[in-house]
Amino acid sequence: MKLLTIGVGFFLLISTALAIDVGQSFDDPELQHRYEKIIAEVRCLKCQNQTIKDSNAFLASDLRREIRRMLEEGKTDEEIYDFLVARYGDFALYRPRTSGRTLILWVAPMIFLVFGAVVLLRIVRRRMALPIDDEPAEGA
Amino acid sequence: MMSKFMLPLVAFALLVGMFVVGLNLDPSRIPSPLLQHAAPEFAIPSLHDANVLVGSASYANQVALVNIWATWCPGCRQEHGFLLELAAEGTIPIFGLNWRDDRVEALRWLETLGDPYVASGYDVDGRVGIDWGAYGAPETFLIDSNGIVIHKHIAPLTREIWEHDFVPLIGANKAE
Repeated sequence: MKLLTIGVGFFLLISTALAIDVGQSFDDPELQHRYEKIIAEVRCLKCQNQTIKDSNAFLASDLRREIRRMLEEGKTDEEIYDFLVARYGDFALYRPRTSGRTLILWVAPMIFLVFGAVVLLRIVRRRMALPIDDEPAEGA
Repeated sequence: MMSKFMLPLVAFALLVGMFVVGLNLDPSRIPSPLLQHAAPEFAIPSLHDANVLVGSASYANQVALVNIWATWCPGCRQEHGFLLELAAEGTIPIFGLNWRDDRVEALRWLETLGDPYVASGYDVDGRVGIDWGAYGAPETFLIDSNGIVIHKHIAPLTREIWEHDFVPLIGANKAE
């Protein structure tokens, strides 16, 4: 029984720590859904490996407040992302958008894949042309 | 036989080159998209008097510095001495954006350490800081006389950085 009390008490303690976004939720579930989607896509620049959804740095809460305000004003997701990129750059978004500056990020993996495939093909072709002389001798 | 060794060697050299560049970049210094663009315009209550509005009009048509600071920021304490020197030299007006701070604490700071600012805005909820793309004080912006951001420095300002990064830009701007 004592153990259970401690267990429940501990759970209550950690659950307060989990509540990072303490703002009011939207009445409109559609808006709430968009809000949660956007804050999970935006990098907290103060704490760079977290999204502003996961961070309780004041900058993250300021940005959540601004995003909330823009959603209430009826801004589209694109307009909100534009707002953030204009101020903090492409780095602010976890999935940077395809633009001239970020094109290399999206294209590079494809280039590496094609390059690797070409190299592999060449090696395989060359080896297939070689006479098969390394088979174990009969009866060995 | 040459080519057999050349390709991996070139690939390796490229990789080393990428590491040399990549590992020397500081990920906490994010290039500002504001560079070479118009600085944000704003008018917010003054730190000294909540009824007075200060902002971009305080340094309009001048080459100026906008310094984002707060009393919770150790780097701001570090650069404060240099800002005072700079203000005393009178070469450039410095606008202070007091960011996400406490008014009483901030005023006490200026009173005890000295006030290098021509005007100080009190950005209590960080709204103006966001427009400047601020993410960690101290941040210092150099604005030309047309209101264009021509340089951003993140981290405490020192005499060396000032001479090296700011002075040439100011000279070029004034010569135009």
